[in-house]
Amino acid sequence: MLVPAMVLGGIAAVAAVALGIAARIFHVEEDPRFKGVADLLPGANCGGCGFAGCTACAEAIVRGQAEVNACVIGQTDTARQVAAFLGMEMVDNEPQIACPDCRGGIRATRKYDYAGFDDCRAAMQLFHGPTVCDHGCLGLGTCIRACQFGAIRMGDEGLPVFDPLRCVGCGSCVRACPKGIISIISETTKILHWNRYSECLAPCRQKCPAQVNVPKYIEHIRKGEFAQALMTVRESNPLPLSTGRVCPEPCSLACRRQIEDEPVAINYLKRFVADWEMAQDTRLHIPVAPDTGKRIAVIGGGPAGLSAAYYLRRLGHAVAIFEKMPALGGMLRYGIPEYRLPKRILDWEIQGILDLGIQATCNVELGKHFSIDFLRAEGFDAIFMAVGAWLDKGLGLDEDGLEGVAPGIKFLETYHHQKEITVTGKVAVIGGGNTAIDCARTSLRSGAEKVTIVYRRSRDEMPANPAEIIAAEEEGIEFRFLSAPSRILSEDNRVTGLEVLRMELGEPDPSGRRRPVPVAGSEEIVPCDLIIEAVGQEPDLEFLKSEGMPKLPLTRWNTIDAKEETLQTDVPFIFTGGDCFTGPGLMVEAIGAGRYAARSIHYYVTDGVIPPIEHRQTDLIPASLFDSISGVEEKPKVHEPIVSLEDRLGTFKEVEGTIDEEDAVYEATRCLHCGTYCYDHDLEEARQQAEQDRLQEST
Amino acid sequence: MDLIILAVGAIFVQNILLAQYLGNCPFCGVSKKTGTAVGMGVAVIFVATLASIFTWLAYYRLLVPRGLEYLQTLVFILIIAALVQLVEIFLKKQSRTLYDALGIYLPLITTNCAVMGIALLNIKHGFGFVDMVVYSAASAAGFALAIILFAGVRERLFLAPVPKAMRGTAVALVTAGIMSLAFMGFAGMGK
Ligand SMILES: Cc1cc2nc3c(=O)[nH]c(=O)nc-3n(C[C@H](O)[C@H](O)[C@H](O)COP(=O)(O)OP(=O)(O)OC[C@H]3O[C@@H](n4cnc5c(N)ncnc54)[C@H](O)[C@@H]3O)c2cc1C
Repeated sequence: MLVPAMVLGGIAAVAAVALGIAARIFHVEEDPRFKGVADLLPGANCGGCGFAGCTACAEAIVRGQAEVNACVIGQTDTARQVAAFLGMEMVDNEPQIACPDCRGGIRATRKYDYAGFDDCRAAMQLFHGPTVCDHGCLGLGTCIRACQFGAIRMGDEGLPVFDPLRCVGCGSCVRACPKGIISIISETTKILHWNRYSECLAPCRQKCPAQVNVPKYIEHIRKGEFAQALMTVRESNPLPLSTGRVCPEPCSLACRRQIEDEPVAINYLKRFVADWEMAQDTRLHIPVAPDTGKRIAVIGGGPAGLSAAYYLRRLGHAVAIFEKMPALGGMLRYGIPEYRLPKRILDWEIQGILDLGIQATCNVELGKHFSIDFLRAEGFDAIFMAVGAWLDKGLGLDEDGLEGVAPGIKFLETYHHQKEITVTGKVAVIGGGNTAIDCARTSLRSGAEKVTIVYRRSRDEMPANPAEIIAAEEEGIEFRFLSAPSRILSEDNRVTGLEVLRMELGEPDPSGRRRPVPVAGSEEIVPCDLIIEAVGQEPDLEFLKSEGMPKLPLTRWNTIDAKEETLQTDVPFIFTGGDCFTGPGLMVEAIGAGRYAARSIHYYVTDGVIPPIEHRQTDLIPASLFDSISGVEEKPKVHEPIVSLEDRLGTFKEVEGTIDEEDAVYEATRCLHCGTYCYDHDLEEARQQAEQDRLQEST
Repeated sequence: MDLIILAVGAIFVQNILLAQYLGNCPFCGVSKKTGTAVGMGVAVIFVATLASIFTWLAYYRLLVPRGLEYLQTLVFILIIAALVQLVEIFLKKQSRTLYDALGIYLPLITTNCAVMGIALLNIKHGFGFVDMVVYSAASAAGFALAIILFAGVRERLFLAPVPKAMRGTAVALVTAGIMSLAFMGFAGMGK
């Protein structure tokens, strides 16, 4: 009995001693923080972080191979504790969540074709997915089973629906999806994204100069998710209240709905969600990336400057705006009149942007109060110059010194400053752009007897927003098309009339508009007491001549020159965009330029090089412009409420109103979801063919 | 020649998993992905060979001279457990890469019946030292082969429309049974 006990005990003792010695000899200095961090993790060993268990995850965190928030279960609390343990401070990171990029369409209903398969990957292996579209969702719900957090469910349309509140951005669904439709998207990637030819894009999204994801926000509106709709707009347009009022909607020109009836009222919808937020009087939270420690100066607080500032701030940079006027907004404030864009609304919108932590200094002019050298000395890493185009072009008709001649922008600006100026007598406005119409309608509201717009070409060639022209006509403004001013008549240095020549339209010029040619001997007199010249603007770049300015090359149109692909000027740290780069344009173009420049500046200050956008989409993709649609019912477009004529004249009340919720949801149903939804012509044809065959058989 | 026959027999005919039904828990637990199955397989080959050598020595040098053969099970458990721990400590210090590759499987093997089984079978068959080493390594290789094949099947199975009641371990066991039947086809080879 003794021997076996001794043998067993002996072996055990030897093993214990050997282990003890080995542990000593082969002791590996292990960072005590491994254990510390591992203790803080939940210990579920779920593998969601991508490491083999919690211990491995802890090691990776300590080594810096993983972020403190690597644990997908623990979420913020755990991350905070881990960060505190490691002596780091945790700043609120921007959320990363999974986003599906497909709405299925006919594909979704075909899921039952897969002879009993219930896994997308199996379907993919056997049939390579459906034959209709190479992109689409297979709808078998593999992502739903892959999600460990119950954030995905199957929606009514047979497509997965993601719950952003539950999604932790672990990426299991992305790995499970064989079609590569789901992606983990952070706010940063969205801001830095620009359309590519390789993407499946709706025509409106291609046409919009700011590349707003129109179908996506319309879809949110349709589902009543107004907050998400607005946040979608804000991914590429920080001024939805203002654009919602004054944008001439280039997007709607591409809208496929017009094949059947009228384009979707995209801008009414944008205005609706923007107004919805303001009516709640609580601002939606806008996520901002952690501070990068880079400082950017923005010169000019117009739409381009505000847009760049907004996106740069959201990318985590410190931004300071310098504005020469007493308030921010640029042309939105000093050009566009109150009856189109109430300044109370503009103020609210701009405040929301500044609330992100953007510093703004007004009443400081570049070239007068500060210089570029000063900004560099102050430690700004890059400068965005968006000074707009404020200089009125003249007509060259000896108008200098005459009383009763006003340049358009000056007129509007003065009007803005001293609200009480009244206009008397007859007014002639020369020009056909938004500035001309705004001058005309402003004059009419402040007491003019009669207002005439004199324009060289015909109505079709007018660059002003079509809606503006209609409103001006309704208000009784007279239009003299095909008339060019040739002489100003005056008495005692006071204007008494304008001599105009009749024009004929000749050959198209390079801009595609037909060139007007004067008809000899067709002079006529338009009697008037005030002539407003609104025949074009250019940037006021006098400041470039002052001290402390680098040499910035200009174009032959007297705009700042820069590389089109990056908006970077010849001085590497100076970027530009908006009206001072393109010449007078649209607000939404300025907004797009602001985000585009923000992308370039972001890469410039972080990486030093600005990567080109491969296959950058600039023209409309022909394949996306299908010219027929099947199975779409006609549905009339909604109309904005409009203030009656009596109420309009003599006041500066806002003319157009916002559509109500019911109309907005209805209008959203008119969207055809181009680009995210398949209109399968073959299927439709096959169906019709089968129908016909059946009919023939029965006869 | 004899050694080759011994090895082939151990790998195919008397496959430790599919013919002797030993080591079923890692067979079901670690066989969901081919990658992990390979890791497990290699770890088992390594540990089983090493453990067999030590247990064989302990049996013939320690137990047989004292007539204590009946203690073999207890002693073997002790030796294998201590050995695996030792190997783990050693690898962690000496070969970090090997540790990272096999490390997480070692604790799983501490109580693995395949390893224990091989050690006991060595004694039962009365092998000499060389035969013992070959037999152990080959048996463990058989284990690796079976678990890797099985993981391949299971990866496919995961995608297949399995009736709800059969999903997971249930269908895995059925599959294991069928694989075992297939391996019985090798039985004729030994004779
Ligand atoms: C009357 C009028 C009506 C319009 N109507 C429409 C419309 O209906 N729809 C539409 O889409 N677009 C419209 N536009 C065009 C649109 O307003 C402009 O395209 C847009 O504002 C351009 O934005 P921006 O930021 O480039 O320039 P701006 O808006 O001109 O802003 C430039 C800013 O830079 C500041 N600045 C200039 N020089 C300096 C300096 N040296 N130092 C510091 N700051 C400086 C200016 O004060 C200004 O705030 C209209 C324009 C006008 C003039």
